[in-house]
Amino acid sequence: MLAYLIRRLFAAAVMLVVIVMVVFGIFFLVPKWAGVDIASSFVGKQADPAAVDAVRQKLGLSDPIYSQVWQFFKGIFAGRTYSGGGDVTHCAAPCFGYSFRSEQAVWPVLTDRFPVTLGLALGAAVLWLVFGVAAGVLSALKRGTIWDRGAMVVALAGVSLPIYFTGLLSLAIFAFGLKWIDAQYVPLSQSVGGWFGGMILPWITLAFLYAAMYARITRATMLEILGEDYIRTARAKGLTEPVVIGKHAMRSTMTPILTMLGMDLGALIGGAILTESTFNLPGLGRAVLDAIRNQDLPIILGVTLITSLAVLLANLVVDILYAVIDPRVRLS
Amino acid sequence: MTELSKSGAAVGEPTDASPAPTAFLEVRDLKVHFPTDDGLVKSVDGLSFALEKGKTLGIVGESGSGKSVTSLGIMGLHTAGQYGKRKAQISGEIWLDGTELLSADPDHVRKLRGRQMAMIFQDPLSALHPYYTIGAQIVEAYRIHHNVDKKTAKRRAVEMLDRVGIPQPDKRIDSYPHEFSGGMRQRAMIAMSLVNNPELLIADEPTTALDVTVQAQILDLIRDLQKEFGSAVIVITHDLGVVAELADDILVMYGGRCVERGPAEDVFYEPRHPYTWGLLGSMPRLDREQQERLVPVKGSPPSLINIPSGCAFNPRCPYADVPKDNVTRTVRPELTEVGSRHWAACHLSAEQRETIWINEIAPKL
Amino acid sequence: MTTQRTPGRRKKAFAAAAAVAALLTTAACGGGSDDNSGSKTGAAGFDAANNKVAQADLVKKGGTLKFGGAQDADSWDTTRGYYGFMWDFARYYSRQLVTGKAEPGKAGAELTPDLATGLAKVTDGGKTYTYTLRDGITWEDGKPITSKDVKYGIERVWAQDVLSGGPTYLKDFLDPNGEYKGPYKDTTKDKLGLKAITTPDDKTVVFHLPKPNSDFQEVLGLVSASPVRQDMDTKSKYGLKPFSSGPYKFQSYSPGKSLTLVRNTNWKQSSDPVRKAYPDKITVQFFSDANQLDQRLLNGDLDLDINQTGMSPQGRTTALKEHKANLDNPVSGYIRYATFPQSVAPFNNVECRKAVILGADHVSLQTARGGPVAGGDIGTNMLPPSVPGAEGQKYDPYKISGTNKNGNVAEAKAALKACGKPNGFSTTIAVRNNKPVEVATAQSLQASLKKIGINAQIDQFDGSQTTGIIGSPSNVKKKGYGIIIMGWGPDFPTVQGFGLPLWDSKYIAQSGNNNFALINDKTIDGLFNTYVTTLDEAGKTKISTEINHKIMEGAYYLPFTFEKFINWRSDNLANVYTTDNYSGTYDFVNLGLKNPKK
Repeated sequence: MLAYLIRRLFAAAVMLVVIVMVVFGIFFLVPKWAGVDIASSFVGKQADPAAVDAVRQKLGLSDPIYSQVWQFFKGIFAGRTYSGGGDVTHCAAPCFGYSFRSEQAVWPVLTDRFPVTLGLALGAAVLWLVFGVAAGVLSALKRGTIWDRGAMVVALAGVSLPIYFTGLLSLAIFAFGLKWIDAQYVPLSQSVGGWFGGMILPWITLAFLYAAMYARITRATMLEILGEDYIRTARAKGLTEPVVIGKHAMRSTMTPILTMLGMDLGALIGGAILTESTFNLPGLGRAVLDAIRNQDLPIILGVTLITSLAVLLANLVVDILYAVIDPRVRLS
Repeated sequence: MTELSKSGAAVGEPTDASPAPTAFLEVRDLKVHFPTDDGLVKSVDGLSFALEKGKTLGIVGESGSGKSVTSLGIMGLHTAGQYGKRKAQISGEIWLDGTELLSADPDHVRKLRGRQMAMIFQDPLSALHPYYTIGAQIVEAYRIHHNVDKKTAKRRAVEMLDRVGIPQPDKRIDSYPHEFSGGMRQRAMIAMSLVNNPELLIADEPTTALDVTVQAQILDLIRDLQKEFGSAVIVITHDLGVVAELADDILVMYGGRCVERGPAEDVFYEPRHPYTWGLLGSMPRLDREQQERLVPVKGSPPSLINIPSGCAFNPRCPYADVPKDNVTRTVRPELTEVGSRHWAACHLSAEQRETIWINEIAPKL
Repeated sequence: MTTQRTPGRRKKAFAAAAAVAALLTTAACGGGSDDNSGSKTGAAGFDAANNKVAQADLVKKGGTLKFGGAQDADSWDTTRGYYGFMWDFARYYSRQLVTGKAEPGKAGAELTPDLATGLAKVTDGGKTYTYTLRDGITWEDGKPITSKDVKYGIERVWAQDVLSGGPTYLKDFLDPNGEYKGPYKDTTKDKLGLKAITTPDDKTVVFHLPKPNSDFQEVLGLVSASPVRQDMDTKSKYGLKPFSSGPYKFQSYSPGKSLTLVRNTNWKQSSDPVRKAYPDKITVQFFSDANQLDQRLLNGDLDLDINQTGMSPQGRTTALKEHKANLDNPVSGYIRYATFPQSVAPFNNVECRKAVILGADHVSLQTARGGPVAGGDIGTNMLPPSVPGAEGQKYDPYKISGTNKNGNVAEAKAALKACGKPNGFSTTIAVRNNKPVEVATAQSLQASLKKIGINAQIDQFDGSQTTGIIGSPSNVKKKGYGIIIMGWGPDFPTVQGFGLPLWDSKYIAQSGNNNFALINDKTIDGLFNTYVTTLDEAGKTKISTEINHKIMEGAYYLPFTFEKFINWRSDNLANVYTTDNYSGTYDFVNLGLKNPKK
């Protein structure tokens, strides 16, 4: 188990290095192929070539890519010193550098934005787990009835409708039409109620998409499990139906669902871009969206790294969880 | 109908014209039908039998003959866990120790399940929950019906595992089903079934998934346990060899109905139905040197949606044309007494059967 | 990175989203019967703040003024910001020697003393500018603002290697040869080594220009001439928390997310003739989606858009229909146009350039820009109406808004014949891919050119990379961009602030070029030279007009529109007016609220 963990973590570290190199590659090589100069977008309207060159020096864009990658990693573990034009800044570890645009340190941006995204993902996950799984179980138990059909039609709608549709619609109805909620993001540290009010629509919107998927998976899995011999055994023992379903059938049904949950949570931390921009939540997704628009490499790198880490960790947790749930799986 | 007492209870009073049976288990005209898109599947279509405590009944038949459906019907497992629109249609009567189960409150039947009647399934690997330990599953079975703490229940589980011959039961109790061998799993399954000392034990193909040497051990175990607990046992199998060792009575099913029923000795040595002959012919015999290849019953089991008219066995019966007037294809034969407590449903006359048995069948067995 | 699971449905989904947005903008609005009729609690009326002050008497001190924006500033560092709204907003926390008057319209573009006691004392034939600082001017920590702080703040413009992004006019005017290396590389002890500025005492600042420039004082009115105190200079990080010399100071700033200003308690009203500082607090919330911003404006959650670039099409439609009284429709100072690089044949021939101007359907181009209200009036020449010397539509040498407004095929064909291309020719239109409106104008132009036999391909290039693509003359020639679609607004409202980088041959650069047409006309260069040495306003105005005429006669440009915006002002805003100083946007620094508690 320990050896397995170490091996997986090592593999994750290698993966992260590869990801960083790929981001660097895309950032530098694609403009090069397109024949454009990144530095020139950081100067004013009438900048002379010397100024462009100075910017290039300052941002380190003139160094070879491998050296930039090396400096980037060195910064994370040992910190690094930036100097240019008489401006010397030491950036202590973990140093993810400074934004090309706003010059703010990347690390505080990540720590500031991460909780927003995490709150969004976790809150939505709770909702979609509860409602998705409940709908799926209900559907499976009432299969063929109007309940089943109704739930599956709603689920189909949830899976097919894009976030910006459901999101805008929910805003139009609840925030601007009925004015039930303000739907503006308030940090949790500022006001619990305000935070909740700001998050509830994004949660519901995001959860709707996922709940739909989870309902469908739960239904299919549940139907399959209900046909298993050990469910019949459970009934033959004289267990009440709620125990048969709630304990014996759910235990097996939850296995694929938890696997999915881990993956989805990991992916969401990196990619709730649509939800975050629809509801104007200042999370990682919006940060990276803005950064891509602004060609802000350090922010892109920072967010990519954090979110890749989240996905890799989520995968690892899922694998471990899987072994915990299903005794037949042994990690080696 | 007698007056109800003030409390409203009419316990033990049969609500039906037919009197409550005296046998421990009595099944009367049991029908289990399943509606499907293709039509009504008549898995069991009018089955009756009785069984006393301490006795073993073997129900024999090919797959699809309705034997497992019968056992699940007795356990009440067709109605429990029926979700959705299509429900099994069950009629007839199942009397267990004076209580009619089909008309009883489902929750009452549930309480009997596992306690008064228990079941062993064919494939213990799939019949045991893969995510719970053997111990947990036995403990659970015990605690549903006994208000005891986990510790006591666990002690009981260890005791049962020991009883069914699992070595180091106190250690193996924490193993998962996949960590057991096939035979061990079936022993554990049996331990789980017997943990509540059921009065009726139904073993549905208990040895089919096991290899031959283990089969014998398991059968011995069931026999020993029956003696010890004095339960009524139903063994369901497609293999006459299995029941030969165990059963007091044998019931042969074909196409959802009983075609022959009687004491094991009689059914083995004086079978009175061509289908039983076929089954006997296909049975490997350890007590005889095998000279010919096994003779399986020719043809395939009948469709349960369109059961052949007349005798359901007529398309496969070599003697279908022996009775006159095409009667085998038009008239459904009823069970008739062919000996002491021995019934068969066949249009062949007693003489014809006697002759065929002596001249054509017995010599080949 | 994204987990969007429906890539194939994207197009449909966007259409659906647009439908919802339209639905939502209408759903959000109760009714708008208060068109054009101002009231104490309601909106001031359509165009009520355009070139005039709306509801000045209703303003109350205090409250929180709430801005929203779809884009953060390029930098809040006074030296580095170049966005127009940043200059407007920077007056909250920065002061200059001179600045635009706190008055609506044209008057707002006139300079008035701010930190200085008066406008410059200009001597030495326009080469020496002397200012005396006021009493009572202080930094946010209460220390007085000195002439050295003014000099240091201006010196920072020289540190382009660290503080890139802002305008560099000061550097060009005071030290055209780049002898000074900026304060961070300054070897003098006090880091005040720039010889062109002297500070004889704490109250006096003297500028010594190597040669006169009549717009020098205009340049000193830009926020890039704000004072910065050396001990508070955090260099490249200064934009995250500039040290305030104005009535407000930074309380918190999270780039791309939010910005909050609170009162600078050390600022004294008595020392500041320009800023009224009505609200107690100023907040800015940034959105990644302009529709979201418009929705919040319509919903009354925000007071105005900090970007001041007009509402998005959906929000605009709803607002015009239901909340017209909350809108102003000012001229932005921008001209939208097509220009013809002379390096790409046959646009080296003036007749071929004229053919395009004459053949284009100007009404169709105006419609593509958004029509007369949202897009602006048809542009007839190349001097924005806010610049002295401009004549507006009165000067229309190609009868663009007159008889030729739908294109004149006959005259265009005649021009083609004169050009030696009677059967037309093929060329390429270069247009930014991130500006749908510009793409629409390119398509309109393409359609009308087809009628006169000019076969134009449209090449949509990466809009974030203009400097490297159309800013590189060699690339333009290589790609054969005969027509480039762009827009331009003045940095400061003079012909120099608008046209010098576009029209003067000195400004043709190999990278970051803005003289796309590659105009190399000794007459025009000469007019600019005369302009900078002409100190009287009347003379300057005359030259401005003349330069404009020369440009039009050369047919280097096909103007589309004198751009107009639709800008939103909430019911709660008071003392609102547009100013030509910031291209027709609201003068932020004097906005107030009617109900501070709202």
